[in-house]
Amino acid sequence: MKLTGAEIVWECLLREGVDLVFGYPGGAILPIYDALTKYPQIRHVLPRHEQGGTHMAEGYARATGKVGVMLATSGPGATNLVTGLANAMMDSSPLVAITGQVPLGAIGTDAFQETDVTGCTLPVTKHSYLVTRTEDIAYTIREAFHIARTGRPGPVLVDIPKDVQNKVIEFHYPESELRLPGYNVPGKAHPKEIEAALDLIHSAKRPLILAGHGVLMSGAMDEIRSFAEITQTPVALTLLGKGGFPENHPLCVGMMGMHGTAAANQAIQQSDLLLAFGMRFDDRVTGNLKTYSPDSKKIHVEIDPSEINKNVKVDVGIVGDLKMVLRQLLPKLQTGQHQEWIGQIRDWEEDTSERDILLRLAAHPDGKLWAAQVIAELFRCTEGKALTVSDVGQHQMLEAQYYPHTRPHSLLTSGGLGTMGFGMPAAIGAKLGRPDEEVWAIVGDGGFQMTLTELGTAMQEHVNINIAIINNSFLGMVRQWQEFFYEERYQSTPLKNPDFVKLAAAYDIPARRVSTKEEIEEAVQWARSIDGPTLIEFVVVQNDIVYPMVPAGADLHAMIRRPKPSESPDFENNPTAI
Amino acid sequence: MKHTLICLVENKPGVLNRVVSLFRRRNFNMDSLTVGRTHNPDISRITVVMEAEPGDGKKVVMMLYKLIDVIEVQDVTNIPTINRDLALVKVRTPDAYARNAVTDLCYERGARLVDIGPEVTIVELAGAEESVESFVEALHQFEIVEMVRTGRVSMGRGIRTMEQRDYKSTRFAAYAPSVNGGGSAEHDDE
Repeated sequence: MKLTGAEIVWECLLREGVDLVFGYPGGAILPIYDALTKYPQIRHVLPRHEQGGTHMAEGYARATGKVGVMLATSGPGATNLVTGLANAMMDSSPLVAITGQVPLGAIGTDAFQETDVTGCTLPVTKHSYLVTRTEDIAYTIREAFHIARTGRPGPVLVDIPKDVQNKVIEFHYPESELRLPGYNVPGKAHPKEIEAALDLIHSAKRPLILAGHGVLMSGAMDEIRSFAEITQTPVALTLLGKGGFPENHPLCVGMMGMHGTAAANQAIQQSDLLLAFGMRFDDRVTGNLKTYSPDSKKIHVEIDPSEINKNVKVDVGIVGDLKMVLRQLLPKLQTGQHQEWIGQIRDWEEDTSERDILLRLAAHPDGKLWAAQVIAELFRCTEGKALTVSDVGQHQMLEAQYYPHTRPHSLLTSGGLGTMGFGMPAAIGAKLGRPDEEVWAIVGDGGFQMTLTELGTAMQEHVNINIAIINNSFLGMVRQWQEFFYEERYQSTPLKNPDFVKLAAAYDIPARRVSTKEEIEEAVQWARSIDGPTLIEFVVVQNDIVYPMVPAGADLHAMIRRPKPSESPDFENNPTAI
Repeated sequence: MKHTLICLVENKPGVLNRVVSLFRRRNFNMDSLTVGRTHNPDISRITVVMEAEPGDGKKVVMMLYKLIDVIEVQDVTNIPTINRDLALVKVRTPDAYARNAVTDLCYERGARLVDIGPEVTIVELAGAEESVESFVEALHQFEIVEMVRTGRVSMGRGIRTMEQRDYKSTRFAAYAPSVNGGGSAEHDDE
């Protein structure tokens, strides 16, 4: 079969099971776009900006577990991918980005729309290719998908010059085995490592599981639950680990880290055995490494060998696929009892609930709308069953605190890179990948405006997402840091915002504004009843603080906490005082 | 402390860039870097000497392994190795006295005179870095006008070799026969 390089690209994507791609056409990738007309079985979604497209592809990938595909043209098209690729790299999301490049002969001449894309994206991709022969396209795309989805997943970029896309060759799909001598996909653990881990597990008095994104990516939800139940080990979650273990389970102590639950952080510091499953001891979850969990032995099960002993020195490091390793451990586990330890955690949790702002507002309503109330109401109205996609900032942490997730892959958020603007486009991608889910994009007014152009995509593709803007007319999280650490100098954080309801109207998207607690439920149900995108702007209190907070680099147990009523001298007059 | 790492990598464009970029972005300081062919045309060998904390050698090895094109990495800092550094030094030798003195010094140190001109002489020494350094030190009695050193290359002693020595790249060869009109897609491993 004689095909052009461009047609070969689509043939290969079909064989990888791709039925939806995101992309933005332009000069150097036009042959691939022209060839797409011959492949009507593949749906193409046009974002309004390439960055939005990468976030959509990532939202799609993380919601479905499949590889997200993004196309872009050379030069500015490709450089616009960088943020999205970096985000996918940090959060280990499988993406394949295909970029057009100027013709081979023009490479290196500073041609129009020429950029060294493989160079630009080198540190933010798992791997990248510049394809110089049409004959290599098929093999390269196969390899790219394999690398993107296996091991620790990540983004892979394939850069294809225009003349390589145009050349016609006899096409045969390469079925031969991939030869990647430098690429190993870890699987099971060595039996000796299993024995070493079991010794520690069975002698622990205060064990704690730290469950990360790896639980979801290796599909180890059942295994981790069995592990926790058999050994009666409490489970703390990372932000990206949410959904890996049901948060309504009695053994779940919630999220750890900078804005995690106090109980989880206290448990980490007091534990005598940390079982780190598919997480990487990011600085946002450890705080000061020198004082991190000082009395514990540590077992680290991780698919990426470079993560073991990178930040935290561990006693048993197991390189492997979490699901397989847990399956090796499970039959050898002895049932455990840690009543005293679990009782201690319960006490910490009780202490936390005394400080909870919702309880305080319930007892002393102030008539204002607080962001936490919005999230909690959203949780109630959606019965906790929505797939939520949060952006980055205070609302993201509040979502993590007040929207408990019980199902896998029901929260998507930008964890490692903290990319403002990720939320709404990722929600579009997630909804396209899982059309039966109720998808809510929960975004701040700052982050939303970084990628609000994608309202156009939601409109054009009639993507049924609900957008909740938590609007405090401030870059809230930065404001919080300024309040705590920069003596309340609110430099460049106040925002003068557009009328979000009118803005939505311009895109023909139904929208409402809500500024009291009483209006929330009706608005949420209204949004749920509409087929197609909707937007609700929640106008919330400005000077809000996300508690607890571990200041960057501080000891994990040194949390700044909301004072208890008994500790607030002015509590009666100002119950929400911060 | 100084660490010496040896990497076997696929002999393809851009691989050296990936390796070097890793050192830069992880903030490790390279002392020297050599890269060259091996007896296997599909594999290149890179020797890196870097200054880092004692525990960092292992971290770098693990991060190098994350690069898809890196086949094998070894930290040879603490194992017996033969190390060589080659220096070419051009010294000013304006008269017979100077030329004789350089000749004598080379003889003494096992170095070679590789080019003698009317004004300058080029000498060459390959050896462990310390002997190269002391030789260069001794050459300072003449005027050194130009010098180049390759940086360290290392090889572990004994029978143990780095793996993958039989590796042959077929990553793209699989496609080749059909381009020549082969037709069938059965070009599996050879």
